[in-house]
Amino acid sequence: MSSRDDILASIRANLPRVDRSLPDVPLFDADPPVSLLSAFKENLHRMGGMFLDPPSSGDILVPIRIIIAGAKIVCSTVPEIAGNRDIAGVDASRDLADVDFAIVRASFAVAETGSLLLTDADLHVNAVAYLAQHLIVLLDPTDIVVNLHHAYRRPDFRDRHYASFHSGPSATADIEGVLIHGAQGVRSLSVLPVARATDDPITQ
Amino acid sequence: MISVHEPIDSGGMLHPELRAEHDPNSIMRDGRRLDHAEGTSKPLRVLPEPQPRGAKVRGNRPVDQQEAAGRFIAAPEHEKMHDERLWDLRQKRDREMHGIAEWEELRSLASAIKEHTLTHLDKYLDQFETNARANGIHVHWARDAAEHNQIVHGILRDHGAKSLIKSKSMLTEECGFRAYMASVGIEVTETDLGERIQQLDNEDPSHVVVPAVHKLRTDVAELFSRTIGTDPDNTDVHYLAEAQREATRPLILDADAGMTGANFVVAETGTFVVCTNEGNADLSANVPKLHIASIGIEKILPRMEHLAVFIRLLSRSALGSPMTQYTSHFRGPRDGGEMHVVLVDNGRSERLGLEEFWTSLKCIRCGACMNTCPVYRRGGGLSYGATYSGPIGLIIDPTFNKRKYSNLPYASSLNGSCTNVCPVKINIHEQIYAWRRVLVEEHEVPLAKKVAMKAAGVLLSRPMAYRAAIAAADTALAHLPRFIIYNGLNAWGKHREVPHAPKQTFHSWYHANRGGKP
Repeated sequence: MSSRDDILASIRANLPRVDRSLPDVPLFDADPPVSLLSAFKENLHRMGGMFLDPPSSGDILVPIRIIIAGAKIVCSTVPEIAGNRDIAGVDASRDLADVDFAIVRASFAVAETGSLLLTDADLHVNAVAYLAQHLIVLLDPTDIVVNLHHAYRRPDFRDRHYASFHSGPSATADIEGVLIHGAQGVRSLSVLPVARATDDPITQ
Repeated sequence: MISVHEPIDSGGMLHPELRAEHDPNSIMRDGRRLDHAEGTSKPLRVLPEPQPRGAKVRGNRPVDQQEAAGRFIAAPEHEKMHDERLWDLRQKRDREMHGIAEWEELRSLASAIKEHTLTHLDKYLDQFETNARANGIHVHWARDAAEHNQIVHGILRDHGAKSLIKSKSMLTEECGFRAYMASVGIEVTETDLGERIQQLDNEDPSHVVVPAVHKLRTDVAELFSRTIGTDPDNTDVHYLAEAQREATRPLILDADAGMTGANFVVAETGTFVVCTNEGNADLSANVPKLHIASIGIEKILPRMEHLAVFIRLLSRSALGSPMTQYTSHFRGPRDGGEMHVVLVDNGRSERLGLEEFWTSLKCIRCGACMNTCPVYRRGGGLSYGATYSGPIGLIIDPTFNKRKYSNLPYASSLNGSCTNVCPVKINIHEQIYAWRRVLVEEHEVPLAKKVAMKAAGVLLSRPMAYRAAIAAADTALAHLPRFIIYNGLNAWGKHREVPHAPKQTFHSWYHANRGGKP
């Protein structure tokens, strides 16, 4: 017998003889926050992320332009802002090892936990969101769901091969509980609310 | 200058071990060390408290948890930090719990979903396999640890891979994976900071979530100075973490293959889910072209909607954080990549058949039971001498080896706090108690306990003899010298005073005061 058949046979021989039905999971959305964006912002801050307030007029991308002004290598996967490392030309993940800032767009965000969903479609090369020293994420304020129950109903989890919730930057407190940002992945995560361009190729 | 009456070997010191060769912070003038005001005349250093090591594991012999815990308690700096740190996690967990109105409902749902899935485990595993294969994932099955290690080795060999980066996985600890890989010449690098510390120190993780929680920064500074070349006198935590990042990054970039575990598996979509705070699992999975995931068969859930319940509970229970920094869903290989899943039984299907213990398979390895357990917090995770420590370890470890872990179910006060905080409602303290009974029935209990219980059994079955013995014992306890009460055979006299014996037994009091009345 194969290991597979052995294991399944052993499971069948040992299944507890009790009746346990599968419960329905409610959406727990009876009492949503007044503003999903405010709730998202507050929870993102709790998780160590930074919310960039957009300027009231003029170039909405100014907060990002200020952050990346001194950077050597910027890799952008969004049409709104150009970098100097073309993600389309990246053969192997390790080619991204020298990236200072990666700029991507989130598929959506979760107010409850301050999380952003980044999929393989958003990232083009998954490793860019981890090898870069810093990560900047564009988020359409209309792309925020109230909680994780709503989040897991989204099609991304059925369509994409890779989808990752980012809730703040890489963090550790493995030594005496001292919190450190940038344990292995990005040292900082910044989010700027920017509506999707209608011709954004990533969402098509 | 050393004067003639001072012995040269001690440098005139009461405690020569405190002598430092030099002190970079000292003020020097004309080549001499200034020692005015409170300045010492010679460089001194306070030796950091050495880290107490874990239980002495000797083959199949029963692990003496109490002995190792005693050594941890005898290192007050370690014991205090450990106790405080874990209690802080417990309090953060409570804060999160109070922030969610439906918390108890989520726990009930989580328990019900797990019990349903475990009682239909064959069906859901089959469904996962079908869907994962359809997405392009290679699915393997391993009966036990040895087969798991061989399968992974086989995949690596087929790809000519010699180096592997991995994220923390309790399953691979269970399988003795790193030792096996070392024996076949594959270089494994753990990428979780705590787990990397433990790997460099050749020590098991002491906690399922925070593997190096038993170490002080001074222990890490000493270890890193030996292994990755940091300054031995710099115990700054930011410095140590950054040095590890810099030392590990090239190994990540150059690795031939990556490995992760999985926290959850979703049958409906063929997805596996990995939760980390460091993003190290995503580096391990996404930088090399080959990704292997080792997954215990009990990790499975039916559908995405069920996953939501567990993601909401996991990090809140574990660390008192709303969510792990990274929660990653792998449904198939990336372009140009290859993805393998190894589904591992290693005793799980057999555990499913244990009527009193099968619900321990609901465990999601959050560590909440450890953080709340007074025995764990004071004694340290390495005192258990087993892959799984703390309350959950007490009920899982004996399924791997009844003799070796026969003492563990006694490392509990049965206060039930573990059961109260468990996000999937495992009746942990009841199972601990049940294991004591099972191990006695199967004659796996140590001799001293067995002799005492046999004697108690004889007495308890004879009321007259019992009353006489209690009266005699009370009298004896009041008059016996300390060395007879507080000796190695009486565990009740260790680390505590035996309560004062009553002057009279209840029976004799009743006889004297109420004896004549009906």
